[in-house]
Amino acid sequence: MLGFALRRLFGAIPTLLIIVTISFFVMRVAPGGPFDTQRRLPPEIERNVAAAYHLDRPLYEQYFHYLDGLVHFDLGPSYRIKDFSVSRLIAEGLPVSAQLGLSAMALALVFGIGFGVVAALRQNRAADYAVMSFATAGIAIPTFVTAPVLTLVFGVWGVRLFGVDLSLPVGGWNNGALANMILPVTVLALPEMAIIARLVRGSMVEVLRTNFVRTARAKGLPYSRVVLRHALPAALLPLVSYLGPAFAGLLTGSLVVERIFGIPGIGRYFVEGAIGRDYTLVLGVVIFYAAFIIILNLVADILYAVLDPRVRFAR
Amino acid sequence: MSAAFDDTALDVAFDVSGRSLWVDARRRLLANKAAVAGMAVLVAIALAAIFAPLLSPYAYDSIDYSVISCAPDWWPGHTVLCHAGGAHWLGTDAVGRDLFIRILYGARVSLAVGVAATIVSLVLGVSYGAIAGFAGRRLDGLMMRFVDVLYSLPYIFLVIVLMVIFNRNFYLTFVAIGAVEWLTMARIVRGDTISIRHREFIEAARAAGVGRFATIGRHVVPNVVSPVVVYMSLTIPNVILAESFVSFLGLGIQEPLTSWGVLISQGADQMESAPWLLVFPSLFMAATLFAFNFIGDGLRDALDPKDR
Repeated sequence: MLGFALRRLFGAIPTLLIIVTISFFVMRVAPGGPFDTQRRLPPEIERNVAAAYHLDRPLYEQYFHYLDGLVHFDLGPSYRIKDFSVSRLIAEGLPVSAQLGLSAMALALVFGIGFGVVAALRQNRAADYAVMSFATAGIAIPTFVTAPVLTLVFGVWGVRLFGVDLSLPVGGWNNGALANMILPVTVLALPEMAIIARLVRGSMVEVLRTNFVRTARAKGLPYSRVVLRHALPAALLPLVSYLGPAFAGLLTGSLVVERIFGIPGIGRYFVEGAIGRDYTLVLGVVIFYAAFIIILNLVADILYAVLDPRVRFAR
Repeated sequence: MSAAFDDTALDVAFDVSGRSLWVDARRRLLANKAAVAGMAVLVAIALAAIFAPLLSPYAYDSIDYSVISCAPDWWPGHTVLCHAGGAHWLGTDAVGRDLFIRILYGARVSLAVGVAATIVSLVLGVSYGAIAGFAGRRLDGLMMRFVDVLYSLPYIFLVIVLMVIFNRNFYLTFVAIGAVEWLTMARIVRGDTISIRHREFIEAARAAGVGRFATIGRHVVPNVVSPVVVYMSLTIPNVILAESFVSFLGLGIQEPLTSWGVLISQGADQMESAPWLLVFPSLFMAATLFAFNFIGDGLRDALDPKDR
């Protein structure tokens, strides 16, 4: 088991290195320097600027310098936001993005699994069709449509139920206040919720037909116990390998959500960096996210091996 | 001599059996109501996009300050500040441009990007996958390792990075998106190639002295077409989504040209005062994505009989 985990861990390091290398050189090929402005700077100043960012050194030296920094979690200075290092920007955005992403993940898991199980138990009946149409819509309609539409309905028009004002704030973060989180977290969670519901429904339908479920029922166990204790854990197994893609989807969605709702997370820095051609910031975020996804896939792999002995012994 | 004889014999046999895989598939596809509806919607949108200038008296970039953010005449509600009148069927935007014609021009961009990028990803993915699968061993391992590496990044980040590098050049957008979308295609083609690599007709080609690349081009690729077609129909909406996503963030296509992502983004900016600017582009986009989804499902059922 430990060997399996270690093998996977060492396999991930070259992957990360390749990504770092490709993105570093691709960024250096890109046109324009760190301080391209409308007016041309005098050559002496340009030289000084280049020297300050080590841009006067040969490319390979810059590369190793960058790698050296990377080992110390130093992603270099931001090209646009003066006096800020990329690491610091990421560190500032991370708690916000993490709170947003983890809440969305929790929401997606709870409702996705719930919907999926209900659909599987009511296969080919109204509840099933309702869940499946919701899932199809959730997958086909992108976040940048749901975000403004939900904001329009719940934020701008406002919703009143039994005289209670259920309107929500349309933007801002307010240090993660619950009311400010509801809309962005919901928007972010919807597509993943849809995919998870579809996934769980599919595997649950399969599991309910297996022999061990039939045995459990034949033993006379109450149906709820058969579903929750016997069928559900087996049906959730495919979900583990979906963990990586799910978080990747959340990262993608966070770009839109953080921008629309004005949330100061990593995604917003990334988009602003991309618009402002802040190469080091873009590069830093890409590497950070790549590392995150790789580690996540690693954890998912190991978790899968722990949960499903068949994977372990097949090797 | 004998080869020519065999060919005619084969032709005769073909005539008698009558139904090829493709005829069969077309019949199954046309029997699928959702897929046919999807195709009808798509053809309608594509035709409207192509003949856009004939459908509306307005140009897509003609600004009219007398009808700024005006609702279409039939729009309900008392909160509307002004009605656009005339032939502004879907209202006007913040500088008085006709929304209908802008949506159709957005459709041009979105569909063109979708098709062009898909062709790029098709060419890259099919040749890469076929070569990797056919070569096998170390080269295969190396090539697929590279794909795995790129796979570990959320692809929208790659698209954004490429957009930044290409300085938001519209034509390079196609290439950028296609250059990222080919990974899955390569995996699918590689898997299928491996499964047919040791079949007799490939060995026959080799025995007859056909070169390696000619074998790949003439014998391997034609036999992996059906999964490729299915995946293509899923790639186009993906690309349209990616382009709109990037445009929505303000990194894509630039004014006065437009795309659905830009229109939705502009609509979101003033959805309080002019919700139609958000609603109509979103509807067009959702209809297109649904249509592609249904067509993709239909194609899969039609081309993959073992699934039924």
